[in-house]
Amino acid sequence: MSTKAEQIIEQVRAGRVWRSVFRSGTGQSTLHRALAIQQNIFLHLFATKVRKRMVRFSATWYLGTLTFGTFLILVITGILLMLYYHPSVPQAYADMKDLQFVVSSGLFLRNLHRWSAQLMVFLVFAHMFKVFYRGAYRTPREFNWVIGIVLLLITLLLSYTGYLLPWDQLAYWAITVGSNLSSAVPLVGSKIHFLLLGGNQVNANALLRFYVLHCVILPLAAILFIAIHFWRIRKDGGLYVQQSDPRAQADVESEPDAKEVQ
Amino acid sequence: MSDPKDFVASIDSDQRRSPTRVVFVTRRTSAQVRVTQEDQVQTYPAVLFRAALAIELLAIALVLVSLFLNSPLEGIADPTHTPNPAKAPWYFLGLQELLHYFPPVVAGVLVPTLLIIALVVIPYFNINIEANGLFLKDRTKRLRLFYLAALGMLAFLLVFHVYVAVPPTVIVALAMIVAANSTPDSPSRFRRYLARKPLAYWIMTWFLFELIVLTAVGTWFRGPGWSWVVPWRS
Repeated sequence: MSTKAEQIIEQVRAGRVWRSVFRSGTGQSTLHRALAIQQNIFLHLFATKVRKRMVRFSATWYLGTLTFGTFLILVITGILLMLYYHPSVPQAYADMKDLQFVVSSGLFLRNLHRWSAQLMVFLVFAHMFKVFYRGAYRTPREFNWVIGIVLLLITLLLSYTGYLLPWDQLAYWAITVGSNLSSAVPLVGSKIHFLLLGGNQVNANALLRFYVLHCVILPLAAILFIAIHFWRIRKDGGLYVQQSDPRAQADVESEPDAKEVQ
Repeated sequence: MSDPKDFVASIDSDQRRSPTRVVFVTRRTSAQVRVTQEDQVQTYPAVLFRAALAIELLAIALVLVSLFLNSPLEGIADPTHTPNPAKAPWYFLGLQELLHYFPPVVAGVLVPTLLIIALVVIPYFNINIEANGLFLKDRTKRLRLFYLAALGMLAFLLVFHVYVAVPPTVIVALAMIVAANSTPDSPSRFRRYLARKPLAYWIMTWFLFELIVLTAVGTWFRGPGWSWVVPWRS
């Protein structure tokens, strides 16, 4: 027995407007549920079915999912923080004080952004080691592992560029210590250092460069590579399952598209 | 993965998953089971629901932490006043600890570059198949190479006074010696586990140990002038 509310929802989902937005129809059948994934530009990154034992917590500890979760939280809180922040000296620091004492829940917003960022770095490392110890980087998943390494570097850069933005002593000297390392690169070290900071030391130009990297360039790169990373899971045969014969893995799994409903 | 026992008998009543079949597996032999069809769940709604639930629980945990734990905010940036010690973000403190022993071109450029290259090439080596334990083939030759590499690494660390990196190296080397003296059908579960581990496993485990130790030392045990401090007495 469906309730009145459920009937109304079903009517809306079957209506012309809904159908014009969502390409898959309504229904509880396996076909409709497969179409709900396949006919959606975002969800079609994923496979329509997942092996039952890979859904269990012990299989992956959901580390990839949770990493993506921290990324979502960071995007949302980051956009809200951008509304209260000017990437200039000394206004940046004044904005931090405003977030702390003037903006409603400003401190909470900054806390959430900062702790999520720290957790994301940790989760990315944890995800990498879990994938390694499961052996999930093996053929045909080599390239998705490489994309994962790219995402690790993007995450570290995101965290590092964000570290400067509060413009307090902690931020300033952490970035000074880190960016001085780039001067140690043979031959082109000082050029790279200058390019990174827009000057010979951390100053207002560096703050602006880090802001642009942190809020535009690196998040866009992250979104692009996350999409490829997810899509490759499906194309490479779904989440890796350990088998008694590792060579059988490739044979079993390299027929992914045939099973999908077209 | 496989957990060899003397004798395993199993009857599965799920006709779809395994047609009536009795399997006897004795030590040193294993029935090769190639699963071509196994139970699957639909991504929509089952998996998406679980993912959403996991992310929501994460969000709740982070909100609680953020309500009670405030982010640090020090005085405004002052280029004329260097704090002692000036520390990088925590995930770079392992490298900063190395910077204490090696010139910047080694700790800041060479080591990270080599690390990234090593991580990228991992899946392109054919040394990772789980069944191939490091010392199961060419044991004498590999053992000799291992001693050479381990002693070389220890000598290197001691020459440069990197004493903090010594314990993880010693622990992993000892585990590798145990592995070299074990076989995949040893009665001890732990030894069976070690004996089957390939080279990549050992390198990665050593890397993980060093990463944790160096980062922890850099974060909690280094004070003014990068001298030793204990976190509970600062």
